[in-house]
Amino acid sequence: MDLIAQLEAEQIATLGKDIPDFKAGDTIRVGFKVTEGSRTRVQNYEGVCISRKNGHGIAGSFTVRKISFGEGVERVFPLFSTNIDSITVVRRGRVRRAKLYFLRSRRGKSARIAEDTNYKAKKA
Amino acid sequence: MRSGIIAKKVGMTRLFMEDGKQIPVTVLSLDGLQVVAQRTEEKDGYTAVQLGAGTAKAKRTSKAMRGHFANAKVEPKRKLVEFRVPSEGLIEVGAEISAEHFLEGQKVDVAGTSIGKGFAGAMKRHNFGGLRATHGVSISHRSHGSTGQCQDPGKVFKGKKMAGHMGAVRVTTQNLEVVKTDADRGLLFIKGAVPGSKGGWVSVKDAVKKKAPEGLPFPAGLKAAATEAPAEEAPAEGGEA
Repeated sequence: MDLIAQLEAEQIATLGKDIPDFKAGDTIRVGFKVTEGSRTRVQNYEGVCISRKNGHGIAGSFTVRKISFGEGVERVFPLFSTNIDSITVVRRGRVRRAKLYFLRSRRGKSARIAEDTNYKAKKA
Repeated sequence: MRSGIIAKKVGMTRLFMEDGKQIPVTVLSLDGLQVVAQRTEEKDGYTAVQLGAGTAKAKRTSKAMRGHFANAKVEPKRKLVEFRVPSEGLIEVGAEISAEHFLEGQKVDVAGTSIGKGFAGAMKRHNFGGLRATHGVSISHRSHGSTGQCQDPGKVFKGKKMAGHMGAVRVTTQNLEVVKTDADRGLLFIKGAVPGSKGGWVSVKDAVKKKAPEGLPFPAGLKAAATEAPAEEAPAEGGEA
């Protein structure tokens, strides 16, 4: 392992994040820490994960899309951000693509994702 | 004025801070950084320290250089660089400099040889705009366009920005922040990018355009001598400020 990979592995270990197993198509809820003035609270953001980038490394990120007041909203979160309080998987989706960017041009019924009822977690 | 250091660029990564910020950092490694020679006023007419870093095979080192390293009683070094210091800032030969030479949060200037781009056009080399995609432009979409006037002056002025060799020159990036130091492994974490490719040698000095912070080890942050260093730096502090 080269030094950079080693440093990143160490940092992931010290951050001590518990990242659940999720992929594009899953509906997830992200607890994001918001600081207002001096106090901090956790804001939940729930939507469909439409993309995961850069794997499980320190540079990893994922995009969550939801429809908020009739307007599509996408947020990109770094996987290991210290601002993320929790990530929970709400629903497993059955999709055949890694990136669901086609959802951007869809509305309503056609933008639904079938649920993966017999989801099996990949062995680590 | 303190001596700078030689470091090897390892690569870039990011650091997540407690407050939610992410900082892009370049990791520099101090690999066997030792003082190889001193230049003194009597002998050389100026004062400086010669630092060496890295490891070179003894059999690949010339006999003359082997003698030079033997005088200093150090292993053969891969890279040698001189840093001008005042006479009170000289470091004894053979001393090993640690990453704690720099403090977290201080600003440094980093110099290295930039990545070579070969023969590059005016758009890449000087950020020219190029010509239009349509409206009768043919074959010369990325050309530089006009290079001057007409019969008067009748020549292209010297220094005109044109296509040519780009990169592979010494570049100094000023006022980069030291985010973290790791003395055990000899690592420096510098915010942002530094010139050069991975595995390239860079020199790191205190920023010339920023005031040095309090408590910098003077003349240098040495390994092993970490216990005696604080006693030594107290009088030197006044002299530097």
